[in-house]
Amino acid sequence: MSNPPKPLLDLTAVVMQFGALRAVDVAAMSIAIGERRAVIGPNGAGKTTLFNTITGVLRPTSGRIAFDGHDITRQLPHRRAKLGIARTFQITNLFPTLSVMDNMKLALRGLKPRKFSMFGDGALTAEERSIAEHALGMTRLGERQSAIVRDMSYGEQRQLELAMALSSTPRLLLFDEPAAGLSPAERTIVAEIVRSLPRDITVVLIEHDMDLALGLVDYVTCMYEGRVLVEASPAEIRSNATVQDVYLGKARHHA
Amino acid sequence: MTDGERRHPAWVSWASSVGVLAVLATLPFVLKSYHLGIATQILIFAILAMSIDVLAGFSGRTPLCHGAIFGTATYFVIYSVNIWDLPLPAALLVGVAAATVLSAVFAILAVRVSGVYFLLLTLALGLVVWGVCLRWSQVTGGENGLRGDLRRGALADIKVFYAIAAATSLFAYIAMRRFVNSPFGLTLRGIRDSESRMASLGYNVTLHVFLAFVVSGFFAGLAGSIYAVFNNYVSPSAVALPQSVQGLLMAIVGGIGTLVGSYVGAALIIMLELFVSAFTERWQIVLGSVFVAIMLFAPEGIVGKINQLTRRHSQSKNTNP
Repeated sequence: MSNPPKPLLDLTAVVMQFGALRAVDVAAMSIAIGERRAVIGPNGAGKTTLFNTITGVLRPTSGRIAFDGHDITRQLPHRRAKLGIARTFQITNLFPTLSVMDNMKLALRGLKPRKFSMFGDGALTAEERSIAEHALGMTRLGERQSAIVRDMSYGEQRQLELAMALSSTPRLLLFDEPAAGLSPAERTIVAEIVRSLPRDITVVLIEHDMDLALGLVDYVTCMYEGRVLVEASPAEIRSNATVQDVYLGKARHHA
Repeated sequence: MTDGERRHPAWVSWASSVGVLAVLATLPFVLKSYHLGIATQILIFAILAMSIDVLAGFSGRTPLCHGAIFGTATYFVIYSVNIWDLPLPAALLVGVAAATVLSAVFAILAVRVSGVYFLLLTLALGLVVWGVCLRWSQVTGGENGLRGDLRRGALADIKVFYAIAAATSLFAYIAMRRFVNSPFGLTLRGIRDSESRMASLGYNVTLHVFLAFVVSGFFAGLAGSIYAVFNNYVSPSAVALPQSVQGLLMAIVGGIGTLVGSYVGAALIIMLELFVSAFTERWQIVLGSVFVAIMLFAPEGIVGKINQLTRRHSQSKNTNP
């Protein structure tokens, strides 16, 4: 990258301290508009905590997070969502007592004034329906619209996580281990979905499955003990000795 | 109705609405005035229970202050007729407005917490109102309460008043059903299921719970205002904790998150209290045993249990045709 494009997300000296544990200590990290970035690292490296500081679930102990030039370090999660930051959750976080379509409605209306309609009709508009059906079709849930979420399989719930992320039109989409616990066939679906996202959506992906992650992204950040260990292209990451030591060491037998 | 709740075919809901209206319309002609008074009371307390259900069943926040909101409306209605000489319709509006304002104040203090903290905070807020009503005797009459003279003219006829209470109750039910099935109602159910997901989707959870609390307080106030006319008397027991608990019990026994359950719960509790207390002084033991039995065998409440059974029945019909 000789002429780096304008960053969408810019982290400066972000520290998240829990008691004696420094869970995140990122000196600098910057993600360009339209970039596909993977964040990898062993368990406990601080990947999800990093996501939580970006989305506002946690306020960093110190440092600065800028999104599209605005300082969002102290903003509440729903304000950041309004700016265009969306995420999926590592531990499935859906609305279990509601139907698939009601989950989609909530995802679609999060940024729309219609969410405040107190005595209006709750039915989908034609536009909402087409977005929801498109997203459910892509995630192979087209036939499950009226299923109650808690009655669905784990795999289907993960697919719904993705469908909800797809249905809002975020500028930055954070995937927290979207393929965790899925079968190989279901992983292919996840990969397809990430690949099909329009290029103006910036994507950051936490993923343990290296084959999946490295095939989807332009650039990789490897974290270890809260810090950024290496930032490099997927090809360089594959051959990087430090990364292999901390992360791929255990998986070397199939590499 | 939302997609997730369409469990009965349309004709079932039409038939049951017609049936309920027919029963409500026949009651004045078959019941003695004493029993018609009980029916009126059930219709009024069902509004209170539904207003609690909006928070407890749909927003995942169980309040213990709705008796205080309800009773505040009752106090204001009687006070504004007695002292300010307001005509009754204006006094009713004052009662509802006072309850709505009070619930907004409660909401500002309570919406940031959830679970048991919400329960305890709302309990404490309700106790403050009770303390004020008990001690500020120049205004509230202290322990003696305030006696009103609201049932003048046609209202003295229990049949007329029953009709007004029934119409108010129906209006409240339809409005609250519309409310919980609206886009806003869906956001409340979303908050009940996962607040963190709602925030990440862009919802201001605190604001939504605040608004739900105020809407709920409005309906509790509506119930309290009508109750002022029914009872013609108010004392600190109207705003006391047992009132809040009773309203919540009605919602729970009938089925939390069902709205209709509030009618079943109100009817069961009010009738049990009256009929069992006619036979034994130990009626509270009987009432307690009934609650224990319901919590053991139908923790989702009576209507909740019926819904669950019919859903299971229709599912098994669908899977084994």
